[in-house]
Amino acid sequence: MTTSGPGQTYGGSSVTGGETYQAGHDDSTTAMDASVLSRAETTPLITEIREDLSVFDGIVDKARAIIARYPQSRSALLPMLHLVQSVQGYVSQAGIQFCARELELAPAEVSAVATFYTMYKRKPCGEHLVSVCTNTLCAALGGDEIYQTLREHLGEPGKPLGHEETAGTPGEPGSITIEHAECLAACDLGPVLQVNYEFYDNQTPEKAVELVDALRRGEKPAPTRGAPLTDFKDASLQLAGFFDRESDVEGPSQAAETLAGAQLAQDRGWTAPAMPANVAFPDLEKK
Amino acid sequence: MSTVDPVTPVLTKRWLSPRSWSIQTYEQLEGYTALRKALTATPEQIVQVVKDSGLRGRGGAGFPSGLKWSFMPPNEDKPHYLVINADEGEPGTCKDIPLMMADPHSLIEGCVIASYAMRSHHCFIYVRGEVLHCIRRLNAAVKEAKAAGYLGENILGSGYDLEITVHAGAGAYICGEETALLDSLEGRRGQPRLKPPFPAAAGLYAAPTTVNNVETIASVPYIINGGSDWFRRMGTEKSPGPKIYSISGHVERPGQYEAPLGTTLRQLLEMAGGMKDGIPLKFWTPGGSSTPMFTAEHLDVPLDFEGAAEAGSMLGTTAVQVFNETVSVPWAVMKWTQFYKHESCGKCTPCREGTYWLVQILERMVDGNGTEEDIDTLLDVCDNVLGRSFCALGDGAVSPIQSGIKYFRDEFLALCQKNREKNRKPAMAGAN
Repeated sequence: MTTSGPGQTYGGSSVTGGETYQAGHDDSTTAMDASVLSRAETTPLITEIREDLSVFDGIVDKARAIIARYPQSRSALLPMLHLVQSVQGYVSQAGIQFCARELELAPAEVSAVATFYTMYKRKPCGEHLVSVCTNTLCAALGGDEIYQTLREHLGEPGKPLGHEETAGTPGEPGSITIEHAECLAACDLGPVLQVNYEFYDNQTPEKAVELVDALRRGEKPAPTRGAPLTDFKDASLQLAGFFDRESDVEGPSQAAETLAGAQLAQDRGWTAPAMPANVAFPDLEKK
Repeated sequence: MSTVDPVTPVLTKRWLSPRSWSIQTYEQLEGYTALRKALTATPEQIVQVVKDSGLRGRGGAGFPSGLKWSFMPPNEDKPHYLVINADEGEPGTCKDIPLMMADPHSLIEGCVIASYAMRSHHCFIYVRGEVLHCIRRLNAAVKEAKAAGYLGENILGSGYDLEITVHAGAGAYICGEETALLDSLEGRRGQPRLKPPFPAAAGLYAAPTTVNNVETIASVPYIINGGSDWFRRMGTEKSPGPKIYSISGHVERPGQYEAPLGTTLRQLLEMAGGMKDGIPLKFWTPGGSSTPMFTAEHLDVPLDFEGAAEAGSMLGTTAVQVFNETVSVPWAVMKWTQFYKHESCGKCTPCREGTYWLVQILERMVDGNGTEEDIDTLLDVCDNVLGRSFCALGDGAVSPIQSGIKYFRDEFLALCQKNREKNRKPAMAGAN
């Protein structure tokens, strides 16, 4: 467990060890005296909260396997945050402390990273995460309308669901978190949405409503491009680099749009110029 | 020289084959023959072929790839790294993701050849996190390549070793900027670094590093097999080779069209079946939202690095987003600006504060509460962001605004006119 007592430094810091001027002082007394708040209000602010990390006992081996992929351990932080999400469906304070412990970082260093990236959720996510592209091109083709329709459909009457809000109880079967997403790199198939980062292409408000209704009933409609649907936690485990089902790779990937150019060339007999045989490498003088 | 066909499938030539992503299909269709050939050459010879081919970076900037590779130091005092930028996120851009899904081995083979040429023994593929199926295919391809001896220790008996690590990002457009990508790969917030030092001097873990786009590296095996003269038969003198043009929006058949560099929008529209439902073209981007928009006047601009620049834009990622007459330019510009504001990393003031204010001015304008002075304010703020930001995100953010006002000022004025008719005092942006 990484502690944050005075006189200690953390991995990644350029400050070397040794006692600092604070050592020997009772920090809490000083802070209590200096605080403009009452004692009761100050206490939680200066008390380090140590979360129970036992929920992550089952992924310690996976965390270490991630670290082993990199020349320097800190590079494992992004995949490890995906890993933590695979356990709890979000990055909790405990998840942050777990990453900090495994990577010998300060929890603040991990928090700074976790809050920077859109894919790390700070609140528990639904069984499924539905991301609707509302960047300009998808929006012009109907993405804004799809997002608006889903917000209203999944929300209460007169109270549409907001960005990163959940219909149902997070983590429970059939619960759905919705978000508007930036460009998802499938513009030729717009408007697009994703469920747990699998693609559902060429959407309409009607198709999207049908899709989320099926998800709420516990069904898992197949994506247009991607592997059979699981849930947000399982997708997070895969993003951490753990792929347990070999057959997933067979999921479809090529829409008619993807192949439009190649198909046109085949139909018209168009090809790239033929390659000459046995082209030699340039003759370079040895230095 | 004989003429070249309008569509030239090189990178896309295997996409129609069954299970095109598998190593079996790849090997049946000349896969890994370039690697065998490359391992008989010296690293310097490979760099020279790539230089001779005139291959330029396909990620947007168009820097000559061979020259970039030659910046790597010849000694190996520190480990060398090749990092593949697969963080495709520029609005409109959708070429690398389909390429990696359809034919991941072409990227893997390119990685091995390029790593060998740059004396690197560890290559990272940084893929944006939102494309799970693509990450899955890449991981499977690395595993297959390793089992077949194309990766790992003593590749094909050559004595050369290479590991490839597929790394999933976590949703940040800025990580497409190469130094932000390196910080992100080091497990930090993705914020750009000051250059110099350039990555070739101090990149990943402060060691010599080259960052290349997916399409760039996937082109390398073909250059090795076909030679530089063959590659130059496609495209133009200064922008040679084939390029995947991604056509999206209001066209009949949007999709991926691999054509020689220098192809025009008029030709691309012909391939894509013309404008959807015959509704006329209004504006388009040649290579993503960060490239200044074009109009129907620019149908015959050759879409290569020089042609796009001479016409006042940039080639960018050849993400051709086509919008018809039904789309409001100020609205589109507002949507893009919201994107840049969301994705600004916050490191430098001009971009962080500039995008924050630009969005508010544009939003109130689109709401019909703007004034004519707002147009000048927008351009003034743009002037203070362009060229004054830490990285290119700021420059990209002002492109839609400046070009939108340049070509469609009347539309912005019309929105202000609405406000005047309401006879209201304009509220200060952000004052409510």
